[in-house]
Amino acid sequence: MADPMHQFQVSKIVELPTVTVLGLPIDLSITNSVAAMLLAATLVVVFYALASAKQAVIPGRLQTVGEMLYGLVDGLAESIIGHEGKKFLPFVFTLFAFVLFMNVQGMFLVFTATSQLAVTLTLGMLVILTVVAVGFAKNGIKFFKLFAPSGVPGWILPLVVLIEIVSFLVRPLTLALRLFGNMVGGHVVLKIFAGFVVALGGLGVLGWAGAALALTSVVALTALEFMVAFLQAFVFAVLACVYLNDVVHLDSH
Amino acid sequence: MEAEAAKYIGAGLAMLGMIGAGIGLGVMFGNYFQGALRNPTAAAQERPMLFLGMALTEALGIFALVVAFLILFS
Repeated sequence: MADPMHQFQVSKIVELPTVTVLGLPIDLSITNSVAAMLLAATLVVVFYALASAKQAVIPGRLQTVGEMLYGLVDGLAESIIGHEGKKFLPFVFTLFAFVLFMNVQGMFLVFTATSQLAVTLTLGMLVILTVVAVGFAKNGIKFFKLFAPSGVPGWILPLVVLIEIVSFLVRPLTLALRLFGNMVGGHVVLKIFAGFVVALGGLGVLGWAGAALALTSVVALTALEFMVAFLQAFVFAVLACVYLNDVVHLDSH
Repeated sequence: MEAEAAKYIGAGLAMLGMIGAGIGLGVMFGNYFQGALRNPTAAAQERPMLFLGMALTEALGIFALVVAFLILFS
């Protein structure tokens, strides 16, 4: 059976020189991971340029899909953050579109950029640093009230503060690991079941029944993976909104 | 027992954490549908919270997967 982990290997496509910035060597080579991300970013821009090129009152197919995705995230930011959600819509929608396109692209092409922990962790850090920046810009030093919820008895407060700090620091990690784990897990399962088809099909007539069963599972799992690809992008956007809401409405915390 | 075999057994045991995530997801979606079928008009506005709960529950299962990967490949 072919190695199911082989699809996640990062390899260089174009060799570029290594530059040193502030004493840190940075390899500028285009790997397949970088190429997948560049393609996803380009596709997002091209898709929305095409979808909004002809702004018809009765939308065409492309415009309908574009409006549906936009409306989904718009409604999300509005319902979770409230009136101030509009300010964060560009950020949340960019994250959502980028993650969604990378996930879906992974279902069509050979490489999934979101199956690299480095990529998802960068996105997670981006979210949490934005949350910290917005928190300080909006509340100043009162940002630290985030770790001390109101209405907690004094004697239990040290414990609550400790738990809140840990749960805040673990947020980017869970955000990254969730996306990474779902993508890796799903693609590994697909490859393993695809391997069953070949292995059982080689056994002769008796194996064909098993191979047909495995093939049916692959088809069903592919459908499931498309749903997961969308759902994980959605969940990423929901959590970004929830974390932003925590610092935007600090008083009601 | 060889060290390699112990590694595979350990990775398999680490995946037992998924049991909890499975139970949690079942309880959550079951309760959501109970509520949603009693009061379908209120179901749509609770859906973001459903997915939030799903994400948080699932994260714990994913942790088990990551631990299994760490045991296997490090």
